[in-house]
Amino acid sequence: MMYSKPLVSLKAFLLLLAAVISLFLLNLALGSVSIPVTEVARILLGFEVDNEAWQNIILKIRLPRTITAVLVGAALSVGGLQMQTLFRNPLAGPSVLGITAGASLGVAAIMLAAGSATTAFAIRSLGIGGSWLVVLAASIGAFLVLLIILAISYRIRDNVVMLIVGIMVANITIAVVSIWQYFSDPEQIQEYILWTFGSLGGVTNHQLGVLSLIVALGIVATFLLSKTLNVLLLGEDYAQSMGLNVRISRMLIIAVTSVLAGAITGFCGPIGFVGIAVPHLTRSFLNTSDHRVLVPCCVLVGAILMLLCDIISQVPGSSTVLPVNAITAMIGSPIVIWIIVKRRNLKSSF
Amino acid sequence: MKEQILSTRQLCVGYASKAKTSKVLENLNLTLGRGELTCLLGPNGSGKSTLIRTIANIQKPLEGETWLNGARLLEVSAKQLARQLALVLTDRVSPGNLTSYALVALGRFPYTSWMGNLTEGDKKIIRWALEVTGTLPFADRHIGELSDGERQKVMIARALAQQTDLIILDEPTAHLDSPNRIEIFHLLKSLAREANKAILLSTHDIESAIGYADRLWLVHSHSVEEGTPEDLVLKGKLEKAFAREGLVFNHELARFEKPLVLPGLEVEVEGAQPGVTWTKRALQRAGHQIAEGEAQIVIRVNKHKETWTWTLDAKSFKTVEELLKQLDNLYGNEMD
Repeated sequence: MMYSKPLVSLKAFLLLLAAVISLFLLNLALGSVSIPVTEVARILLGFEVDNEAWQNIILKIRLPRTITAVLVGAALSVGGLQMQTLFRNPLAGPSVLGITAGASLGVAAIMLAAGSATTAFAIRSLGIGGSWLVVLAASIGAFLVLLIILAISYRIRDNVVMLIVGIMVANITIAVVSIWQYFSDPEQIQEYILWTFGSLGGVTNHQLGVLSLIVALGIVATFLLSKTLNVLLLGEDYAQSMGLNVRISRMLIIAVTSVLAGAITGFCGPIGFVGIAVPHLTRSFLNTSDHRVLVPCCVLVGAILMLLCDIISQVPGSSTVLPVNAITAMIGSPIVIWIIVKRRNLKSSF
Repeated sequence: MKEQILSTRQLCVGYASKAKTSKVLENLNLTLGRGELTCLLGPNGSGKSTLIRTIANIQKPLEGETWLNGARLLEVSAKQLARQLALVLTDRVSPGNLTSYALVALGRFPYTSWMGNLTEGDKKIIRWALEVTGTLPFADRHIGELSDGERQKVMIARALAQQTDLIILDEPTAHLDSPNRIEIFHLLKSLAREANKAILLSTHDIESAIGYADRLWLVHSHSVEEGTPEDLVLKGKLEKAFAREGLVFNHELARFEKPLVLPGLEVEVEGAQPGVTWTKRALQRAGHQIAEGEAQIVIRVNKHKETWTWTLDAKSFKTVEELLKQLDNLYGNEMD
């Protein structure tokens, strides 16, 4: 029952938290060089370790990447959860509704249109200022696409139609980007294409601070919107009849989602499927629709999934690194299929 | 008239866009009283939902105004309104992962804190709402697992949990079979009486509306007539509202019929009830006319223990079907 079994939720939460911590350590330990987990723990706790190379690998390379993975998983999952509830559509998510595409447009505008003077490299070397710029551009792009979709959703109430509209808007955005690419210099295009593969490793320590702050604020804001999201499960007319200011709530939800998805996309590239798959996984794991439970648990499940994807993309024991975007799709899509088959009626699984 | 909860003054409802204004219903001066079940009755597409959405402040009126508990509806804040008026809408909600209890608990939305935590008082009211609607046995079940009738009762419980003077339901019986329909009407009627609420529901189910409603709002030529069902029937308003060629209101059965005009015999039926009634129905459907005395053909309906038999010209028949076949033969001979 939604309100009378907080203990079950607490147990699940602790279980998930334990999984996040284990995978976090495992992610630090595995890679081209395997480092024993005990040594990883010692390094993290600040003890001196004989092997200085290990210390550098852990603290300078693997730790930022692993934290980024947690942030990406958490932010995209929470964004997806909000989209699915707002649009009352099981297939909604940042990547499907074109939010990620919008963010890509924003980034492309910065990387391609600014001309040769400001390549992506130049932006990254700007440090904090540059990273704010990318995040801002990505967020504005995401927000614009969401606004378009929202405006259309005022006229069309059909969820399936909304989904198709979202995909079409995403296509238009992608088309604009490719025209842009066509007229750009090869070096700029290369930067952009590398960005689209998705990368958790490109985030510097400076940027990690910015990203952590944004994601933390976004998650807290979403948690504060729990009651609103709960009542939106019944649809906007019911929500309004119970005294909710639907227009403001909708704007808030969209703003929070576009900042979350925009920031992640700006820093790490368009990462798909996490946003759709994780809310479903969380719902079926916890068997609830209460957002006060779902929001924190989505954060953890999202982190777990993203850590797993990162471990796989590192191909432990080899020096190869696969694009993380491909891994999330390869893991995320079967999960979505599995849920559809298992639940049969995805529409009623909210 | 009991204490008025809601009234409308020269209300006009419809849709306005830049290009044109289309009035659906106008000149509406209607009231809803505490403790009464009012049915908004009208044919499909006559504007029932538009009126309900306007009264519930989901859409704006074109002209006129609605008063709720002594205040202009447009001046009541959404939060205040949620404590005075609860809605049950037609669109089926299917948040399958929500239990009945959780869904009813959402009805406490206007009263709970910003995190939506329930106090003991809230829990008491939720329990009461589940009890009076008979949904307590499946409080733990998920909405997706419920039948249509059960789900509708849970939606009514949710509206009750909102603790409002007025509950408005848009076609609550639309997807339901006849026993479920009767149960919902019965439930709403007893809620109006026992919880002393004003309840308005829209329906195109004439029989139930006439049977259960204290008062009717009858959609009729782009306006709405108000009154007890009996007054509206006797004034002939009901017949006019649903008027269509060949449609006749059967006062005995409180329903509309379209009599079949078929060639047939003149027949008299006598004997035990309710066999006579059902035999007459069968004969009329087959095109025969029922005569009261002096008909050449007389059918006698006999009941022996639980078995029915029919006698015609000293021949006995075990089923209505056999009887009808015999009458067909007689009719055929007469034509030859």
